[in-house]
Amino acid sequence: MEHLIELKDVYKIYQMGEETVHALDGVDITIDKGEFVAIVGSSGSGKSTAMNIIGCLDVPTSGTYHLGGVDVSTMDDDQQADIRNKMLGFIFQQYNLIPKLTVQENVELPLLYAGVPTAERRERALRSLKRVGLEGKNKNLPSQLSGGQQQRVSIARALAGDPSVILADEPTGALDSRTGREVLGFLKKLHREGDTVVLITHDNSIAVKADRIIRLQDGRIIYDGDAQDPRAVVQPHDEGAEEEVEV
Amino acid sequence: MRSGGMNFSQSFRLAIKSLTTSKMRALLTMLGIIIGVGAVIVILSLGNGLTGMVQQQVDKLGINMIQAQFFGGTADMLPDPEDMYDMVEANADILTGVSPYLGVNAVVRHGSDKFDRTSLYGVSEIMYNAATGYTIDGEQLAKGRFISYMDVERRENICVIGAYLEEEAFGGDALGKQLSINGRPLTVVGVLKRNAELEMLPGSQDDQIYIPYTTALEIMGSRWVNLYIFTSTSGETADAGKRIIEAYLNDFFRTDDGMWNYFYITTMAEQANQINAMMGVAMGVLVAIAAISLLVGGIGIMNIMLVSVTERTREIGVRKSLGAKRKDIRSQFVIEAGTTSAIGGILGIGFGWMLAKGIGALLGGMLSESMGGGVFDATPTFGAIMLSFGVSVGIGVLFGYLPANKAAKLNPIDALRYD
Repeated sequence: MEHLIELKDVYKIYQMGEETVHALDGVDITIDKGEFVAIVGSSGSGKSTAMNIIGCLDVPTSGTYHLGGVDVSTMDDDQQADIRNKMLGFIFQQYNLIPKLTVQENVELPLLYAGVPTAERRERALRSLKRVGLEGKNKNLPSQLSGGQQQRVSIARALAGDPSVILADEPTGALDSRTGREVLGFLKKLHREGDTVVLITHDNSIAVKADRIIRLQDGRIIYDGDAQDPRAVVQPHDEGAEEEVEV
Repeated sequence: MRSGGMNFSQSFRLAIKSLTTSKMRALLTMLGIIIGVGAVIVILSLGNGLTGMVQQQVDKLGINMIQAQFFGGTADMLPDPEDMYDMVEANADILTGVSPYLGVNAVVRHGSDKFDRTSLYGVSEIMYNAATGYTIDGEQLAKGRFISYMDVERRENICVIGAYLEEEAFGGDALGKQLSINGRPLTVVGVLKRNAELEMLPGSQDDQIYIPYTTALEIMGSRWVNLYIFTSTSGETADAGKRIIEAYLNDFFRTDDGMWNYFYITTMAEQANQINAMMGVAMGVLVAIAAISLLVGGIGIMNIMLVSVTERTREIGVRKSLGAKRKDIRSQFVIEAGTTSAIGGILGIGFGWMLAKGIGALLGGMLSESMGGGVFDATPTFGAIMLSFGVSVGIGVLFGYLPANKAAKLNPIDALRYD
């Protein structure tokens, strides 16, 4: 069977002055439809680079990336934009709502760029807002909502285009723990309803909410498997590890 | 394909929102455009007013008027008025009338009052067409009669005066009374109708006197009439009339190209065209100067758009992550720049219009007097308004393109991380 996400021997190499940085150093990742995966690692581990490549915001230096069976690793700007529009839904740490647009207009944005007609766009945006429990707030501006509500709007926006993959980049980073749990609850619910969710985080306590953990360190995968396996949260060479678990 | 419509209306609404949320900044951004467009509108409005005045003058005097002027001193042989009458009669299909039109320099007095600015003309009875009730130069009689054939033949000491003179010199009742020209007493036999749209001022079109040209020649001590006014059947035949007169005069002076050497013939249409062409050049120069301000305005818009792109880097990143292509981002910022300068253009048009009206009100009376009548209406034409509006939108699009392109090319990863 074809995998939804398939990275093969992916390298991402940056030239920082004299120094060559291997942000991704030969990474293979496969994710199937309906999975709930957390990509974990400390800063500099390569998880952000991985998220950029999976999110079609960047292309690998070498290696291939197939998304939904299509090779997206050599696409140009506009082709990537099209793939992002049709296949991916982003949830960001800072919500990244556009402050001058209403909640509904924000949610409509991916549909706007997909060329969906006005009436259908409105209807789908309202349906998406209903899914996150904010159907009454469509006329509000983002600034009139709480942090948790704003993040739910951004989830509604990610869902509006019916993407194949939902990419959540530190979605709880800007929220207090109670609202953070609420947002994670939403992601779990989406997963239960059949969506594919990829969560990027540095926080083990959040990563364990996923079914599967892919741990990155220095651009390589050091663990890929069940989130409940104790080895999933071990960080052998990380001095700043939050919790050490004996194998 | 995608529907660009909503994208346009959203970009448009976003532009309006950002303009209304920071009014001071918006005003400063648009100032260059407002001033530039305003200046263009003022210039075009005043030009339009002047053109209108020339047109009124032409309409009043008649587009079918032809002037023939002779050069040369008294010693030279010039055509006789009788010769001119015969020529007109022989070409009745084109030419409908002719009158001597002598400008007389003489002192006009009534009692102890002296009228320095009064215009004095020596004309024949043909000057007045009893059938239409108008003189060749567009005057109407209010009282009495015009100069007759017998007046001309007998060099009668009579005159027809303008409404200003009747009011000022005779207190509104001039018929049968006398005034003096170079000491020679003349009896008023007719009074012209007042030119309603004009103020009654010394030197205005209502301050004039017609006398028989024979009498005028006597007053001037001259034998020759050196200026004639002809009329043709219509404005269209004026050129043909001019050619007939030219052929006749070339024949008379026994030359092939007497024009400019012995005589000069011009039609009213030619004169109006000359004035309009001169005004066109002057307006062109002024508009070019005003265009510099539009250029500065465009640079102002470019500047603020560059700032706006930087301020909204993260928004651009978000839009790109959601699937906005380069052209989507580019058109958003181009539309925003176009909207800003279009609003500046509309404000500039309003501002320029009001200013033109103000200037028109201040200068209208003066202009009307120096042009010898007419209403000065400094209103921009519909074409001028559409042109100014179009130019201001064009400037926004042109100068917005560079910042918009910069936004379109932003890397989404860097843009998303931008604080």
